[in-house]
Amino acid sequence: MKNLVILGAGTAGTMMANKLNKVLNNKLWSITIIDKDEIHYYQPGFLFIPFGIYQPEDVVRTKLEFLPRGVNFIVDEVSRIEGEKNHVTLKGGRTIPYDLLIVATGANVVPEETPGLKEELWQKDIFDFYTYEGSTLLAKKLDNWKGGKLVINLTETLIKCPVAPLEFAFLADAYFTEKGMRDKVEIFYVTPLSGAFTKPKASKMLGALLEEKRITVIPDFYLQEVDNGRKMLISYDQKEVPFDLLVTIPVNKGADMVEESNLGDEDGLNFIPTDKHTLQSKKFENMFVIGDATNVPASKAGSVAHFEGEILLENILSYINHLPMEAKFDGHANCFIETGFGKAALIDFNYNTEPLAGKFPWPVVGPMGLLKVTRVNHFGKLAFRWVYWHILLTGKTLPVSTHMSMAGKEVEKEVVTLN
Amino acid sequence: METLVFNDTKIDVNEEGYLKNPAQWTPELAHEFAHEANITLTDKHFEVLNWLRAKHAEGVPLSIRKVGNSGIVDIKQFYALFPGGPLKISSKIAGIPKPVSCI
Repeated sequence: MKNLVILGAGTAGTMMANKLNKVLNNKLWSITIIDKDEIHYYQPGFLFIPFGIYQPEDVVRTKLEFLPRGVNFIVDEVSRIEGEKNHVTLKGGRTIPYDLLIVATGANVVPEETPGLKEELWQKDIFDFYTYEGSTLLAKKLDNWKGGKLVINLTETLIKCPVAPLEFAFLADAYFTEKGMRDKVEIFYVTPLSGAFTKPKASKMLGALLEEKRITVIPDFYLQEVDNGRKMLISYDQKEVPFDLLVTIPVNKGADMVEESNLGDEDGLNFIPTDKHTLQSKKFENMFVIGDATNVPASKAGSVAHFEGEILLENILSYINHLPMEAKFDGHANCFIETGFGKAALIDFNYNTEPLAGKFPWPVVGPMGLLKVTRVNHFGKLAFRWVYWHILLTGKTLPVSTHMSMAGKEVEKEVVTLN
Repeated sequence: METLVFNDTKIDVNEEGYLKNPAQWTPELAHEFAHEANITLTDKHFEVLNWLRAKHAEGVPLSIRKVGNSGIVDIKQFYALFPGGPLKISSKIAGIPKPVSCI
């Protein structure tokens, strides 16, 4: 009997457990999945909690509900992967041997990385919305807030769901407008990049939204520290931005055990060097990495994990049958951008093609407008929660191609490729 | 696609003036781009530029933090060398793509 071990029972790990359980011979392979806790959060829903669009209970299920029978589920925290010995050690003291390892331990926000972020104003006037706790406490704060300067700040460029902070800004505009207090709130979007939109087509199609929604963008601002006494963000080049309410997107890091196992890349952010096409670890050939845990230059998002999953399944089957791994991940990502007032935009892109305008051919529900703000896209975003629980996690294939397709996309003269 | 002519050589750039092909980069071109950004390049600047070019060639996504961990400069020194938006400006001078988000 051989052992296939999956670390992490989040979106990517759960999906892989379901896919592999269907295709591996259970007389030859035993599948074990390990996670430190038993709750499965629908992370895309965290965005909606602060505005009362979702209630906290809408995003919480147990991990066990989505794991197939026949897969061993161990609730314990991994302390180390010992790649040379082909085993992992757990905090509870056990050692779990493996023949093939899938690392799907994700990414988490780490406010402690930035001086002043997690100090006296934390969860009083400084909140995150990338955690269950943060988004739930922020809902209470917004409910009672009297207005002032609302600052949304990205501490780093490498974050989960890179469009969520912008969606937060759009939803905040709608929320305060509907409460009749938009004039009491100034919204600032403070980013280390050159703007809220950085790619030509997206800037052209969606750039006007910021002005329309009276969101002030402060670009090229790389946060060094937060001065709690003066309620001020201070950048590395000594620029200052005052706030009354700070919604921070803290530094994102991979699991601590990546560092303990000496497997991280040179960022020091605990993301694992991974082949961007095959998803094999660059260090150990019987280790594969999927989802937010990798260092591949794709977005850290559920749709990416899903498309990676289709490729990874093929490559793992090739690997265990001693065949060349021919499936290649192209960086495909697909996501809705909620813009408030019951509307959303949709983007679809990969490693080489920036988000383009046009129509996205989605079977059953019909085509959706790319880079356009529509009601249909908003319903697509809301419907995605059902799709997530019932199709994505259970390892079924979405009726969308794994590789990005140019069908329906508007191309001007040449395809703009960025690498 | 736009082109600029530098020392009688045609160079392909995008709409923001970033090189489309890092292989067309030369140190002389770096001096020219730096001049446009009011920066006078020193050996330290070139150490950073060469590091950025090497990392880009390896396919490593770049960030200010990563430059700060490069062992060549810390983040404050990086800002001092390329004031304003250090990664955006140094990437242009190094002949590699502008750092972007997904949109």
